[in-house]
Amino acid sequence: MRESTIMKIHYGTALAAVALVAVHVLMRLTSGGFAASLEYETVLANYKFIPYAIMLELILVLLSIHGFNGLRVILLELKQGRTYEKAVSYGCLAAMFVLIAYGSRTIIMTNMGMV
Amino acid sequence: MAQVSSIADDQSSKSITLRIARYNPEKDSERQFMEFTVSYEKWTTVLEAILDVKQHFDHSVAVRYSCRQATCGSCGMIINGKPRLACFTKISELDSDVVTVEPMNNFPIIRDLAVKFERLFDTHHKIKPYLVRDDTELESDAQEFLQSPEELEQYIQFANCIKCGLCNSACPTMATDSSFVGPQALAQAYRYVADSRDKGKDSRLKIIDDSHGIWRCHFAGSCSQVCPKGVDPAMGIQLLRGYMLGFRS
Repeated sequence: MRESTIMKIHYGTALAAVALVAVHVLMRLTSGGFAASLEYETVLANYKFIPYAIMLELILVLLSIHGFNGLRVILLELKQGRTYEKAVSYGCLAAMFVLIAYGSRTIIMTNMGMV
Repeated sequence: MAQVSSIADDQSSKSITLRIARYNPEKDSERQFMEFTVSYEKWTTVLEAILDVKQHFDHSVAVRYSCRQATCGSCGMIINGKPRLACFTKISELDSDVVTVEPMNNFPIIRDLAVKFERLFDTHHKIKPYLVRDDTELESDAQEFLQSPEELEQYIQFANCIKCGLCNSACPTMATDSSFVGPQALAQAYRYVADSRDKGKDSRLKIIDDSHGIWRCHFAGSCSQVCPKGVDPAMGIQLLRGYMLGFRS
């Protein structure tokens, strides 16, 4: 993928994440405050409320893409070399998928009644 | 390896301590400084002071220079911590009793103050610093390529680049990323992309659209601060990004 395409995705995910995290924070503020939102039952209820769970999943995906590309950029500047750069790019991609899969697993397990 | 000397007996002139970085990569393990007491007038440049040292005390000091009028871009060096042209920097304007001169950062040192320019010239050449056109062979009755003042305004400041390398020396990304294209080449890429006579925009944008290309600029802006010719490479890079993101065409 061309670097300009990657950076367009990078900027796009940042903007979208800011918007969705703002909605997320507003919802936390308007539904009992931060302390209540961290309670176990509240977290489960949030995950079981499908529209909200989809939004949380989207935030996870957006921030994972943005964050791991940012990490890739930092690592590419630290050291150069074809093997190193390939390792960094594929490593970050793999780590991103693992994180998204792990986060999604939590939401899916909650909705399937496994928690 | 310090040496204290005096150049002129003229009582009317002031004097400063000139610290010159000495380093020969073939012999020395680390950089050392030699100190000279140099007299100066209000119009004396740092380059003139270095040349005085070479003439009167130590002819082995290695320094690259040519035009002495900020046109050739040969005498770039770090003067009191900032990349500057030695021929364009008056000692009096530094407002310091000690003037320290070192080779430019982010360039391999040949010896003392002289550095290798291969990387700068390679990246400059890479971005095709010339007009690219389909009609490469001009016909005998062809007219010159006319431009409006507005079209000229788009790129003219970037045409003032003298390839001195001060922007690359000041760039923090150049310090860590040995494959980074650098602000000099990117500013020149913009200079030709923005030229209405040029038809090589797509090929140039493709060249700099690399993992060590234009996107590695963090917009520190230090390149623009040190340019002795008033070029603003940081702005050129942002404008170039506009082409790549589709905001400009």
